[in-house]
Amino acid sequence: MGFIEILLVLVIVTDLALLGASRINSCIRFAAAQGILLGVLTLVSGAEGHTLRGIALAIVSAGVKGVLFPALMTRAIREARVRREIEPVVGYTTSVLVGVASLAVSLWISSRLPLVRPAASTLVVPTAFTTILVGLFLILSRKKALNQVTGYLVLENGIYSFGVALVEAPFLVELGVLLDVFVAVFVMGITIFHINRTFDRIDTDLLSSLKD
Amino acid sequence: MSPATLIPPILALVLAPFLLAIVNRTKAAFAGRRGQPWLQQYYDLAKLLRKGAVYSRTTTWVFRAGPIVSLAAVLVATAIVPLGGARAPLSFEGDIVLLAYLLGVVRFFTVLAALDTGSPFEGMGASREVQFSALAEPALLLGLAALARLTGKLSLSEIVATISGDPRATWFAEGPALVFVVVALAIVFLAENARIPVDDPNTHLELTMIHEVMVLDHGGVDLAFIEYGAALKLWVLGSIVVGLVLPVRTGAVLVDALVTVLGLGALAVATGAVESSMARLRLLRVPQLLVGAGAFSALALIFILMPR
Repeated sequence: MGFIEILLVLVIVTDLALLGASRINSCIRFAAAQGILLGVLTLVSGAEGHTLRGIALAIVSAGVKGVLFPALMTRAIREARVRREIEPVVGYTTSVLVGVASLAVSLWISSRLPLVRPAASTLVVPTAFTTILVGLFLILSRKKALNQVTGYLVLENGIYSFGVALVEAPFLVELGVLLDVFVAVFVMGITIFHINRTFDRIDTDLLSSLKD
Repeated sequence: MSPATLIPPILALVLAPFLLAIVNRTKAAFAGRRGQPWLQQYYDLAKLLRKGAVYSRTTTWVFRAGPIVSLAAVLVATAIVPLGGARAPLSFEGDIVLLAYLLGVVRFFTVLAALDTGSPFEGMGASREVQFSALAEPALLLGLAALARLTGKLSLSEIVATISGDPRATWFAEGPALVFVVVALAIVFLAENARIPVDDPNTHLELTMIHEVMVLDHGGVDLAFIEYGAALKLWVLGSIVVGLVLPVRTGAVLVDALVTVLGLGALAVATGAVESSMARLRLLRVPQLLVGAGAFSALALIFILMPR
């Protein structure tokens, strides 16, 4: 089991930690750690490897996901004054079990998914799928807008790890996606601020009671 | 069965209470106290064995059977658990399942004896013990299943001997999975032995106790049996964890066993450090920790089952 596998396993561990964490602060920290892990993964995985582009992509993505986004979200927390998710739709314990189940499903999917080019490791595809599923699940099962943003980031991390380890020249695509995500997080930060100012809370449930 | 295989159980029987002394001395060192004498556990056991017991009229034979059956089950467990490279005297295909059930028997009879007293506090402790162990057991069994699958062996002695004897095929090939199993088993070790962060062995407030509250009504010889059984349980689960972590295999049974005993001492120090540096988890958070351990075991099993 090489260095890549260890990185991928750590990514899966951060997925599970995100599912089990109740404090928004620790959620943000886990998502940041995942972003940095994926940056390192870009460096060691075969596709982009040690070219200048690969190194630049790794540094930019790790910087944006590991430093910039956490800073933006911490600021949003400070402005909205929220500490923890009070009542997630699905409990934390159940969430962790869902995470394990989604890993099993991802392994099953990836075992019958023909790849054009062999991946850097057999774990790449399952990890990417797990991270995507966990991100989706976080968006669905959490009520606080900030946790949903974290879920969105995790979802993007999953897609990113898929691209980095498999596709030949993901540089432009990845940068484009990164820009999109950056704008999304920026807009969501503003939205959170407004939700909070309108309702004094950032539970997105409240939005469904909006009428014109 | 060669005489050399008797070394692990003999060491266990003699040294098990000493592990508790190491834990206590570590906690004392953290708190800046001198701590109790190294042999205090033995003095306590000797004192309790000399005492008589008072039995409430509410209790039946179940209450008296509890400590005896529990101690007997733990003694059998000591006979099937190897000490690192040193094999256990009893070992056969499938004794990993027997180990899980022996621990289950210990718990079941402790719980029955607690319920037999009719005390509401003991009933509460029993309910908590059963709830938490129901969550800890999957973690233990899945972890053992992962180990069995990795080594292709079904007996504890063989599993531990394979893992410690051939680290190239186990630790280097399946390192992350083994780390998960060790983490999960370490959490089970803390939970089963009623240590922080699951339970506090020092607390004497009935509302927060789990294990201690169930043995409140036992005294004299019964209490000595329970304390000794608890020490042996600590030794048994600890020697599995240490056996996986310390891949030492010299071939000489005595050396292997002694190295593992040193490892157990280190584990006791680590336990003391954990107890000194963190608080007991809130009761609502404990299931989360145990399910997390189960998730780690499941992950390990999935990784090992994964086709390469």
